[in-house]
Amino acid sequence: MATTTKLFGSRIKRREDPRLITGKGNFVDDVKLPGTTSAAFVRSPHAHARIRAINTAPAKAAPGVVAVYTGKDLVEGKVGGLPCGWLLPDIKLPPHPPLAVDKVHHMGEAVAVVIAENPYAAKDAAELVEVDYEVLPAVTDGEKALQSGAPVLHDQAPGNLCFSWTIGDKDKTEVAFKDAAQVVKQRLINQRLIPNAIEPRASLASFNPATNDLTLWVTSQNPHVHRLLMAAFVLGMPEHKVRVISPDVGGGFGSKIFLYPEEVIVSWASKTLGRPVRWTAERRESFLTDAHGRDHITEAEMAFDKDGKILGLRVKTNANLGAYLSTFAPLIPTYLYGTLLSGLYEIPTIWCEVSGVFTNTTPVDAYRGAGRPEATYLLERMVDLGARALGMDPAELRRRNFIPADKFPYQTPVAFVYDSGNYGPALDRALQILDYQTLRQEQERLRKEGRYTGIGFSTYIEACGPAPSQVAGALGAQAGLYESAHVRVHPTGKVSVYTGSHAHGQGHETTFAQLAADELGVPLEDIEIVHGDTGQIPFGMGTYGSRSAAVGGAAIHMSLQKIKEKGKKIAAHLLEAAEADMVYEGGKYFVKGSPDRAKTFQEVSLMAYLAHNLPKGLEPGLEATSFFDPPNFTFPFGAHIAVVEVDPDTGTVKILRYVAVDDVGNVINPMIVDGMVHGGITQGVAQALWEGAVYDENGQLLTGTMMEYALPKADNLPSFETDRTVTPSPVNPMGVKGAGETGTIAATAAVANAVMDALAPFGITHIDLPLTPTRIWQAIQAAAK
Amino acid sequence: MYPATFEYHTPGSVNEAVSLLDRYKDEAKLLAGGHSLIPIMKLRLAQPKHLIDLRKIQGLSGIREAGGAIVIGALTTHWMVESSDLLKQTLPILPEAAGQIGDMQVRNMGTIGGSLAHADPAADLPAVILALGAELKAMGPKGERTTKAEDFFVDLLTTALQPNEVLTEIRIPLPLPKTGGAYEKYPHPASRYAVVGVAALLTVDRRDTVQSASIGITGIGSKATRARAAEQYLIGKAPDNDALKTAAERATEGISIRADLQGSAEYKAHLAKVYTRRALTRALERARAA
Repeated sequence: MATTTKLFGSRIKRREDPRLITGKGNFVDDVKLPGTTSAAFVRSPHAHARIRAINTAPAKAAPGVVAVYTGKDLVEGKVGGLPCGWLLPDIKLPPHPPLAVDKVHHMGEAVAVVIAENPYAAKDAAELVEVDYEVLPAVTDGEKALQSGAPVLHDQAPGNLCFSWTIGDKDKTEVAFKDAAQVVKQRLINQRLIPNAIEPRASLASFNPATNDLTLWVTSQNPHVHRLLMAAFVLGMPEHKVRVISPDVGGGFGSKIFLYPEEVIVSWASKTLGRPVRWTAERRESFLTDAHGRDHITEAEMAFDKDGKILGLRVKTNANLGAYLSTFAPLIPTYLYGTLLSGLYEIPTIWCEVSGVFTNTTPVDAYRGAGRPEATYLLERMVDLGARALGMDPAELRRRNFIPADKFPYQTPVAFVYDSGNYGPALDRALQILDYQTLRQEQERLRKEGRYTGIGFSTYIEACGPAPSQVAGALGAQAGLYESAHVRVHPTGKVSVYTGSHAHGQGHETTFAQLAADELGVPLEDIEIVHGDTGQIPFGMGTYGSRSAAVGGAAIHMSLQKIKEKGKKIAAHLLEAAEADMVYEGGKYFVKGSPDRAKTFQEVSLMAYLAHNLPKGLEPGLEATSFFDPPNFTFPFGAHIAVVEVDPDTGTVKILRYVAVDDVGNVINPMIVDGMVHGGITQGVAQALWEGAVYDENGQLLTGTMMEYALPKADNLPSFETDRTVTPSPVNPMGVKGAGETGTIAATAAVANAVMDALAPFGITHIDLPLTPTRIWQAIQAAAK
Repeated sequence: MYPATFEYHTPGSVNEAVSLLDRYKDEAKLLAGGHSLIPIMKLRLAQPKHLIDLRKIQGLSGIREAGGAIVIGALTTHWMVESSDLLKQTLPILPEAAGQIGDMQVRNMGTIGGSLAHADPAADLPAVILALGAELKAMGPKGERTTKAEDFFVDLLTTALQPNEVLTEIRIPLPLPKTGGAYEKYPHPASRYAVVGVAALLTVDRRDTVQSASIGITGIGSKATRARAAEQYLIGKAPDNDALKTAAERATEGISIRADLQGSAEYKAHLAKVYTRRALTRALERARAA
């Protein structure tokens, strides 16, 4: 383990930031090619409608227009539908054409595209495309979509049911509930969220007719996956003739994992027209077409014995998938949700049923946390309801149910085997930072003054770096879950690291360089991290599910070991020593006990390329490629506590304090992890209090601009009080766990529980998310009656 | 976010702007700070054929005292209002409210005249202007015209301005001694517009009796409105807690309240009463201290 060296664990400032914060980043929209045309999409104003006819003639005649295409043109051009990357048993797979052909299924779905000499001409002409719609009744609610008589979206999915999925033991759970001293039941709505990365989605395709090569610059979290899906399933182009580049990307939160219609269409159009074609989403298009997140309706029941030990959990979830299956949509409410329902508790038995449902809404897929925030919110609310019903302290009830530290690796009743954990100390530390007992006394005192503060807990677990590939394949994945790394040492000893991970805010250029510089004993400045280009990098899986450090970092670590091994052979040869006696420390190879007779990393690198004096049979050069397929996920965890005050006059919530103690194993760069935790908490708090997509009955998105959809603002948040415990993971050589999603997973439940704690004197036990002032005020009014 | 094509005009004087307006009428829009107009143009909800940019016109910006009144040029930015020492001394409620508009970027660009002429039903300044009893001066082809604030706001996004008139300045009478004002706002969590905004101005006499009261409410109806019933109730009364509470209960009389995603009409009416009470309470403290 490389945990004691200098850079691993250091608060190194992000090397990418000077470039990014001075406007010198290179984003897709910054890439300029001569002769580039602009695409503008004609989008359905209706949530559900039959397309009777499309008249493109006026648009085609408009100034500056190069071409106008409809869904029929794409069919004739042999453009396939968008594939789904995770299949479940008996799943219904309706076609997903990049441009609607006969019917539109959600507001904002593209029905035609105008390619013009500039974006203004394209937008002007797009307004001239005449689409004759026969408007059909729409359904946006997952439960209503399953009712008989509901409008049906796809002939292939009668009753709008896409899949039914279960996990756990139904009979055993039923028995557990029969024996229970206390059962709590609650209907929980985990509302739909809209991701809103700061950089909108963008693509620029350039087809070279001379070589038949296509280059696509696209805002992708996983350029190789984009290339594979697009080349093999949609465009029918040879994979080696397609190069996908994701340069600087401004945030993703999951929404840039997926293959979308727009990049497919600009690629095909560039090939058809022989000119580069660009599309950059307008913010309005981001709201309407970036895959949304969450949207669960759940009936949950938890059984306890009289001492507060959890006996069982029963869950029935309706997961709204939207109008089509986005790339990994089936995975999120199943294997990333049901498998997390044990949390960090010893729950003897669990039964979970999930229905995936089509509705006339934007497709839903992974959004920061992806399934795990839904599971955590459910569990943490149910545990709190249990504590309330049993009259127990919510911290104490949690502690009583923690999986003991000596039971790891721990097999849950819902498939996962947790790698490592020690849950008590994280909660203890959080309570200590908070000064819990004093705060409870203060709460009592304030209640007598008519002021309502609340303390809310979320002790959570996350599953990061989905793995291993073989198991994922058996469960329906259409891709592997390893990561690649190629390390190229140059003759002067400078190092380029090519990673299959992709950074879009994570700081890989810093953390991965810290890893490499430490392992090789060379300065940080000598390391270059290269990512986001299928033309340079071995097949990689990209960045999602908090996997980069644990999986991508481990692949880099593997390649560095290979480099060091080969270097050792060369150094031993030059020093005329036995390889087995060689030591590598501080960037030097030397014979054990004689550090003065040494060859530096730079000398060895040079010799590798001069090849004047190499051991017999050793190839020149110093490069290594590795693919790391982890044996398991990593399971970070922690304890978050929110303290809020509710104004009963208006229903407004003020967050007074927020304490987060996380355990993400060994930490490469604490400053970057702190940043991830801060951002994650902010998104989680936002789901608790502000964010939520709202559709009207006709499927019109009412929260479709920044003026209506409430993203978090800094002045609504307290300064976060953070700390960490460290329980290294055994599944990768650095002992790291994921950290990118922990805050989002934990925070929503902590804030919701705090608000319910504040409202306890009114007898209020539950209000659905988001906890807007109007809902809180109404609950108080209803309770007073 | 690409607006439709428009012709861009930069008049150098108010008269030039008026004649452009007179020529293009409904096809033209005036541009001041642009923070209301440009977003809706980018969404193509507004597609003016002619955009008349007022920012090259000298003398439309600034704050001064003249003839027992404060005079604010229509192109004065929210930040200039927020940071004006003269206003902090004479009409502190105005900088207090201007400082709650949008964010710093918006306040650096947005103007008082632009906000008032746009007449967004959730904008902050209309409530304050109403409470302060301001007059708004506009220039048209036939010369200058002055409108009282309470006659200025007609309906949703509609003012008493004619299509060929340019709002040039806002005149606010200096308050009487022992006057205090306060603006209390419940901001929309996304837009920061007022879900409810209440501007209250109270004047008390030496016996601590309410001499005058004026209350402007924004956010809940189709336009900002005076809360006449609440004002009337207070005048001549000793402003104890019960009086303020009773007055606040009458804050929404005569206002038709719009329900929206932020809440039902019932909730918004309740909020208006709560915020009226809060604004009155703070205004009274300041009046007594003055």
